Amino acid sequence: MSMTKTKPKNNTFLAGTANYVDERVGASGILKEFGRKIFPDHWSFMLGEVAMYSFFVLLITGTFLTFFYDPSMALIKYDGVYAPLKDALISKAYESSLYITFEVRGGLLMRQAHHWSALLFVAAAGLHMLRVFFTGAFRKPRELNWVVGFMLFILAMAAGFTGYSLPDDLLSGNGLRIIDGMIKGVPFIGTGISSLLFGGEFPGHVVIARLYALHIMIIPALILVFLALHLFMLIIHKHTHYAGPGKSDKNIVGYPLMPVYVAKAGGFFFIVFGVIMVISTFFTINPIWNYGGYDPSPVSAGTQPDWYIGWLDGALRLAPTGMEFMLGDYTVSLNILIPLAVSLIFLALVAVYPFIENWVTGDKREHHALDRPRNAPTRTGIGAAGVTFYAVLWAGASTDLIATHFKMSLNQVLISMQISLILLPILAFYVTKRVCLALQRKDKEIAIHGRESGRIVRLPHGEYIEVHEPLDDYELYKLVDYKDYQPTLARPNAKGQITVGSRVRSALSRFYFQDRITPATKSEIEEARAHAHEIETQVQKAIESDKN
Amino acid sequence: MSDNSKEVETQKGLEKVSGSYSDHEYEGGLAVVNTDKIDDPGLEPHRVRMTDKSVKHEKAAVRQVALLFVLSMLGSAFALWAYFAFPLSENLSSVRLNNMYLGIGMTLGLLGIGIGAVHWAKTLMPDNEVSEERHLTRGSEDKRAAAIEILNAANQESGFTRRKLIRRTLYGSLALFPLPGIILLADLGPNPGDTLRHTFWKKGTRLAKDPTGIEIKASDVTLGSVFQVIPAGLNPEQKDYLEEKAKAAVLLVRVDPSELIETEERKGWSYQGIVAYSKICTHVGCPVALYEQHTHHLLCPCHQSTFDLIDGCKVVFGPAARPLPQLPITVDSEGYLVAQSDFLEPVGPSFWDRSVK
Amino acid sequence: MKQLRRKINGLRRSPKALGIVMFAGLLVVGTGYTTVSAAVSPNREVIRTQEQIDLGKKIFLANCSSCHGKNAEGTANGPSLIGVGEASVDFQVSTGRMPGAASGPQLEVKPVQFTEEEIAAMAAYIGSLADGPSIPDAAYLQANGNPSTGGELFRINCAMCHNAAGAGGALTEGKYAPHLMNSSPKIIYEAMITGPQNMPVFNDANLTPEQKNDIITYLVYVQENASVGGEELGSLGPVSEGLVAWFGLLGLLIIIAIWLAAKSN
Repeated sequence: MSMTKTKPKNNTFLAGTANYVDERVGASGILKEFGRKIFPDHWSFMLGEVAMYSFFVLLITGTFLTFFYDPSMALIKYDGVYAPLKDALISKAYESSLYITFEVRGGLLMRQAHHWSALLFVAAAGLHMLRVFFTGAFRKPRELNWVVGFMLFILAMAAGFTGYSLPDDLLSGNGLRIIDGMIKGVPFIGTGISSLLFGGEFPGHVVIARLYALHIMIIPALILVFLALHLFMLIIHKHTHYAGPGKSDKNIVGYPLMPVYVAKAGGFFFIVFGVIMVISTFFTINPIWNYGGYDPSPVSAGTQPDWYIGWLDGALRLAPTGMEFMLGDYTVSLNILIPLAVSLIFLALVAVYPFIENWVTGDKREHHALDRPRNAPTRTGIGAAGVTFYAVLWAGASTDLIATHFKMSLNQVLISMQISLILLPILAFYVTKRVCLALQRKDKEIAIHGRESGRIVRLPHGEYIEVHEPLDDYELYKLVDYKDYQPTLARPNAKGQITVGSRVRSALSRFYFQDRITPATKSEIEEARAHAHEIETQVQKAIESDKN
Repeated sequence: MSDNSKEVETQKGLEKVSGSYSDHEYEGGLAVVNTDKIDDPGLEPHRVRMTDKSVKHEKAAVRQVALLFVLSMLGSAFALWAYFAFPLSENLSSVRLNNMYLGIGMTLGLLGIGIGAVHWAKTLMPDNEVSEERHLTRGSEDKRAAAIEILNAANQESGFTRRKLIRRTLYGSLALFPLPGIILLADLGPNPGDTLRHTFWKKGTRLAKDPTGIEIKASDVTLGSVFQVIPAGLNPEQKDYLEEKAKAAVLLVRVDPSELIETEERKGWSYQGIVAYSKICTHVGCPVALYEQHTHHLLCPCHQSTFDLIDGCKVVFGPAARPLPQLPITVDSEGYLVAQSDFLEPVGPSFWDRSVK
Repeated sequence: MKQLRRKINGLRRSPKALGIVMFAGLLVVGTGYTTVSAAVSPNREVIRTQEQIDLGKKIFLANCSSCHGKNAEGTANGPSLIGVGEASVDFQVSTGRMPGAASGPQLEVKPVQFTEEEIAAMAAYIGSLADGPSIPDAAYLQANGNPSTGGELFRINCAMCHNAAGAGGALTEGKYAPHLMNSSPKIIYEAMITGPQNMPVFNDANLTPEQKNDIITYLVYVQENASVGGEELGSLGPVSEGLVAWFGLLGLLIIIAIWLAAKSN
């Protein structure tokens, strides 16, 4: 800003450039429309940005890796610098991954940055989803954008999984072997699909090249398309903001895109890249040289997928013993089908949640001011249950490490996880909901009576009271400004019938809103203040009379 | 929250609402709005920053931002230097140093720009929060009417609704056109046929050590030993080496014959307490190779299925459902362990028609 | 420039160099006894002096007999030691696993309770009772084999329990395969030939002494060469990497985002 003041020359250069661009692409209209768009500022709004930026880092580092990587599964004798693999019979894919690691300057750094940013990409996207869920940002008009975001999350997992397999080392090879086993367990079509994927029997000679094609072409392309859709809808809807004084469903409060947000968001890209780089500098990720090339006979203890596939692996581990049965001559592998079904149902519930909640509340208004999680106790409880369910499955994928590191029995860890998978989400729901209601009650109490001052006084008639200090207008408004819903009864429709749908909706509305704390009203607050004022005068009188 | 029946009725001061905007009204559903609500006091007053109040602070901030950008330049220059200064060699520590110094330089180069830009925005760009009015996502009534008109005109001109024959044949053609594309994928892999039912093992195939291929004599297998076994003659040069190995990998153990529990039909499958089982898990196919000498348990490191080796490799824990397939073995005239036949059932993970002959 | 680099290299390697020196020293001390005996008896029939056996028996009676029986014949609390060989005694006692503490799923590594002479004496006593695996020949403990062959053999025979990088792993019911990052060649060799606890035995027909040396060579290589990519995170694989991604990477970025969105004063 000061630069333009001190160096007016710059200004003419800027003007010249602007003129050039505008006369060719009509940039002035775009800039007028978006240049001063308002973006609200909150750290939790940056999580989606972290995900997007780590995707950019993935594109940059990934492109570098493709210059050296060879997805061939042809076996060759290793002749590189890593002594413990000298003359080992390995695939070209693994050989080229080792070459990148040991013989390309900065190759290891780029490989590590690529892998770390992949883990970060999915983690940030997941946490961003949780932020959106717990603040109710998925409500109308953003339901479809939730679905787009959900698709991005699935695509991120797919990108991660296809990439995990590419080094063709022992770890990733056993991962593919597990995928092969799962596919084969699908009734009727399983063996056929497996043969199509692997081009014949496992491991075959083609699967790495096929996964590579998916990994570098169609999946990133789809991610870009969905990312564009996601951002397009963000611009249409404008960003949400947290409810509070001066902030409602009808306005948006924040900083203009230019210059503040450009500087902050642009700078944040470099920060995300820089933090990925610092972790890649000092922390090893996926030391492929330790695992050796893929060979179907050996396996390493601690064979696990990357974290985002962990919950699926956990689901496989937690299936009880002996859930396979014969249907005539045919084998039905419930030990694979049930975990698959549970995972798919879980994902489906995540995808359609906004529509369920909207159907229950029947609230067709546009929501732009975010909820504090406590002000939607049932939704927050459901979210906590979902997170717990996912977390138990996730922990289920590391039962062996939990057992060795906490000196427990592997078998007991697994059994307690099976029990936890059912009990903990229910517990999490109730505890979270109760905590939310308690916090709401506390908020209402403070809104009406003010904050406890810690000052105890004795009134003339002997009663001890603690003096409460009233809140200022801004704090008070924060505590009372939230949306409130009430349950409904099943009502007959136009034909005079009470439909099943209406009964279900009524039951769900009770599940959601039976227990509710209504926001403090103006009259309640004024009444309490009048009462407090009365006491205060009594206190003053008592002090006066003491003095006399 | 006990008086829930009453809660259904709207409370005093709270009434059912519908959201109202200037040009459209939406249903509020079960929402109740607090008509007796505290008035919105508006945005909190703006707090003036030190950099706005004092020139000294402003200048300091300018210097800090510039310093961060300079740091970034130094970092990038350092990375360029490190690229040449730390070449790679046979020595692993050269790789480590190359990774570390390049990484440090690039980190500085990136973080300097990032932190500098954010610091600039925070301290020197205006920090007044701006409020902007939102509009409904839906178009205005005029726009909607115009859009409907366009849709109608398009419909009218094309006859999309009117010309049923065209519409239905279009649906049909759209439904069918992807099918040739999908059928193209059928050549991705051959029909599995009966490959999953056969392995490299045949009558008389000697048991050999993995990976050396050295054949094993019965006398080599002492009590408590475990051998990782492949069929003799399986050659790394052959085209389907890994596919065959993926089915033929076997674990060989000698236990005290008196401890061995054998069903009648498998009585002759072991040799003096030496038993051979497929290593490929019947769950999803990881190699089950963790053998515990004293418990005689085999554990799969992927999903923790546990098999009891002395009791026909029955599943004692974990998600697997079927015992590991046993390879019938005996010794030949020279004392080498040999297979009596191939496995009598498909090895590895279950599949739909594995029991169909 | 080159000099500076060498200096940095030297500095960086120095703790490792120290480790190698100490390791070599230990080898000299530890193998002095065996090389002498090997020289005397090429058939690896270990010479045991009567004093050693007597001393060993005394220590045994005082420390071990309550569980293993007065004549090492075993009791309900401890197995018979007849025929387990000197290698077993050396492995169990010199890693501190024996004498065993309170009963658990398996014996833990603890501070060693006896001097080297005492351990050698006990080994001699047990070895004198019946034949069994003897202390390994120093020739196979030099870590001078082929690390590539060793790596392949390690992955096929050992990695399923001990992890591909020797980081250890879980077994059933609370048992585990320990990590091998501090294990000396002698201990590794003894473990292979005696099959301590639930570990299977790898006799010389399964893995020849040369192959055992290859495996040791590979493990020593892994022990001596820190990961080229930086801190190893316990070599535990994707689980520890996932934790770092969440709590390190994402955690750090959240802290920065909080700074970014906070109002400047």
